[in-house]
Amino acid sequence: MPFIPHTEQDVAEMLASIGAPDIEALFDEIPAGLRCAGLAGIPAGESEMAVTRRAHELAAQDGFYLSFIGAGAYEHHIPAAVWQLATRGEFYTAYTPYQAEASQGTLQLIYEYQTMITRLTGLDVANASLYDGATALGEAVLMAVRASRTGLRRVLVPATVHPRYRAVAQAMVKNQGIEMVTVPYDPDTGTTRVADLPDGPAAALVVPQPNFFGALEAVDALTAWAHEHGMLAIALANPTSLALLKAPGSWAEKGADICVGDGQPLGVPLASGGPHFGFMACRQALVRQMPGRIVGATVDKDGRRGYVLTLQAREQHIRRAKATSNICSNQGLMVTAATLYMALLGPRGLRDVALASHANTRALADALTVIPNVRRAFAGPFFHEAAIRIGGNVEEVLRALRAQGILGGYALGRDYPDLADAILFCATETKTEADLQRYAHQLERILSKRREAPPCAYKS
Amino acid sequence: MLIFEHSRAGRRAAAQAPRAVAAADDLPAELLRADAPGLPEVSELDVVRHYTALSQKNFAIDTQFYPLGSCTMKYNPRACNSLAMLPQFLARHPLADADTGQGFLSAMHDLQAMLKEVTGMAAVSMAPMAGAHGEFAGVAMIRAYHDARGDTARTEIIVPDAAHGTNPATATMCGYAVREIPTDRDGNVDLDALRAAVGPKTAGLMLTNPSTLGVFEKTIVEIQKIVHQAGGLTYYDGANLNAILGRVRPGDMGFDVIHMNLHKTFSTPHGGGGPGAGPVGVSERLVPYLPIPYVVEERGFYRLAGEADCPASIGRMSAFGGNMGVLLRAWVYARMLGREGMRRVADYAALNANYLAAELRKAGFDLAFPARRASHEFIVTLKPLKDSTGVSAMDFAKRLLDYGFHAPTTYFPLLVPECLLIEPTETESKATLDAFVAAMAKVKAEAESDPEWVKGAPHTLPAKRLDDVKAARELDLAWK
Repeated sequence: MPFIPHTEQDVAEMLASIGAPDIEALFDEIPAGLRCAGLAGIPAGESEMAVTRRAHELAAQDGFYLSFIGAGAYEHHIPAAVWQLATRGEFYTAYTPYQAEASQGTLQLIYEYQTMITRLTGLDVANASLYDGATALGEAVLMAVRASRTGLRRVLVPATVHPRYRAVAQAMVKNQGIEMVTVPYDPDTGTTRVADLPDGPAAALVVPQPNFFGALEAVDALTAWAHEHGMLAIALANPTSLALLKAPGSWAEKGADICVGDGQPLGVPLASGGPHFGFMACRQALVRQMPGRIVGATVDKDGRRGYVLTLQAREQHIRRAKATSNICSNQGLMVTAATLYMALLGPRGLRDVALASHANTRALADALTVIPNVRRAFAGPFFHEAAIRIGGNVEEVLRALRAQGILGGYALGRDYPDLADAILFCATETKTEADLQRYAHQLERILSKRREAPPCAYKS
Repeated sequence: MLIFEHSRAGRRAAAQAPRAVAAADDLPAELLRADAPGLPEVSELDVVRHYTALSQKNFAIDTQFYPLGSCTMKYNPRACNSLAMLPQFLARHPLADADTGQGFLSAMHDLQAMLKEVTGMAAVSMAPMAGAHGEFAGVAMIRAYHDARGDTARTEIIVPDAAHGTNPATATMCGYAVREIPTDRDGNVDLDALRAAVGPKTAGLMLTNPSTLGVFEKTIVEIQKIVHQAGGLTYYDGANLNAILGRVRPGDMGFDVIHMNLHKTFSTPHGGGGPGAGPVGVSERLVPYLPIPYVVEERGFYRLAGEADCPASIGRMSAFGGNMGVLLRAWVYARMLGREGMRRVADYAALNANYLAAELRKAGFDLAFPARRASHEFIVTLKPLKDSTGVSAMDFAKRLLDYGFHAPTTYFPLLVPECLLIEPTETESKATLDAFVAAMAKVKAEAESDPEWVKGAPHTLPAKRLDDVKAARELDLAWK
């Protein structure tokens, strides 16, 4: 029996000890009318060999593409050591470190992770992770509303925040009567202007850096504005960029109050969308409003340094209906991978990844905008993602690129009707000069073909 | 030692560096950081040794019996991991079009259909990323259902006092007040209290079954009737689905919504605290509100349903599809088990739990509900031992660690004083259970003869008893 070690003799001895005639008798408290005969709709079990073959066939069917899609999930090289270590059984098959003395490995690792996140973000404290960047934003909004002295249930969110993040946060907070107000973006630069921030009180302003278009926001001015208006500033950051860009804790005079983001770029595979993980850091003064697990250092009874889950009085298993969040399991294994990744890359390595990604995206933007009718959608600086307008049907062009094995980027028109002819693309450090040329060449070929023979020519 | 203490200025894992490029001279100086982030500067070997050594300070299923009640710490088959980590699966971008992922999406559709069958529900969405996330989706759907009918006077969710803390916390997140109802002496929901609690304010009931007390709710049919007659909906917390897999289905019992914890019942790894996966199944009337995305199949083509397909959906649960890699592991597991294997899960989980309970009782331990069948787990109360020796459930748990067993869940559920919630799971052998009984008996004997020794446990682990109070009072959450 797969994964069940019992011999017939074991079963007989165990039933005798229980005093039950058979296994069936162990279910005699379930009302007879409810019991089902079995699961006819589920296929018969298969051997590991058979399932392995099936899985390999499905994977081969999907194959590989040369991908320039970013839009919230980024392809980076992951050192081999990351997942070889993260999938060691001692990390992979442990649970939440409730028994601290038997979980010092996981606990110390989380403490190191929290430290790394505080150093990237320039904030005082970090938690042990949330589900993903989008839910982390939702939790940050809830946290800001709780922390707001005025009891305000209104938060300003720029339209340059990832549309999916806005949707997820909205779904999380709407049942608590919290209003998310969308701030329009400047169509020239693709960034948020202080002049466009709405009047009226609010608990917080979200400040993305880089924003969904890859563009760099005027974070100092936005943060200062939030503080001048009695709001918290919630930074939404890409962790790779933090090796290069100013840490949110240093934005404006006082720094952002909370920083969240998706940790996937730190050693976590794209994997069709998950598992990724959300990170969250904040100022010390807000730590009791933070959701999720937090690890703290302490000593054991011999006075030696050790680590435990702490501030658990915030959490659902203690505080129940009054907890800061309902979150219990988070993304522990992803945090393990991210900690390994950050340790392996180090401060220079992560900065090199950020610089190489920026340089590649810049080179690709240059190569693409040489093509006739292709131009940057926005003026101004960007990190490792940028938008172009191609003056044509984006979905058709992306399909044609895909036929050449290239995923050319994300069609911004899906979320921004004004940007119907725009593609958001990303070229991280994984891309070579030849990759960039291949994309530029194919896009040029596809667009010029279309110019010579527009689609209407085939209608007859 | 911390990884930061291994750090030496100028050292790096050079093989991991991308090609060097010039500084970003096009970026405005005021947006750049002045100094490098304080990450450790270490070699690749430093990293491998440090984290290998850390891993060895953990108890895990792969190294120890881990009877942590309510967490279903069963063996995680290795094939689930290796197949979920096939390079094509890992490389696929979440926003790549469906035609680039037909293989992957077909596996997801297959899993979704199997979960539907296992629960007997009308439809399933695998978007939630953990049990509590599934609870959120479930209660948000209950709210969306009432709202759509203009039935806005329903402001309360009823939760039995034995429930996981996530239940009341979830109700709060969905904007509901929580009404707690007591449990009767046999561990069942108190029906009179439930009848008194329901009314025009009742939005729904969240019920864990088998309950966290390790028993099947015998009056589950009546419970349902009472709530439905009051106009409320019923939520089945599937945290303990392992106990009933293939034996009884929440859909057949008439529930409106259920969440499953795939990291429990479908053996995906617990990973030191996640990632989990918390798919939700719903009855016919909640289908329009399912969270997105979920997998749809049209003439053999698979894709993820989005906003346009489900305008009444409670919305997106994550930026992309959810914990897809966890779902892939569950798919491999489900395929290997098949229909017979799934039913065997409940059979042997029940056999192990009832055997362990019987043996512990013979060894002189007090069961919290001795007249009941154990489901897949059961509760021992150490109240008499505490009264006579001063040794608490926590002390007892710490001493078990010295004998190489992860402790059962302690002090949960809150209803039973000095409790140990013990869940052996179906993947443990009789020999392991017998060894655990022997260790429990030994600790009991020690508590009776030398209580101070047990109160001082653990004695043999990488750390002795850690000071939780100091950790909370003198917060040290990052290395300085």
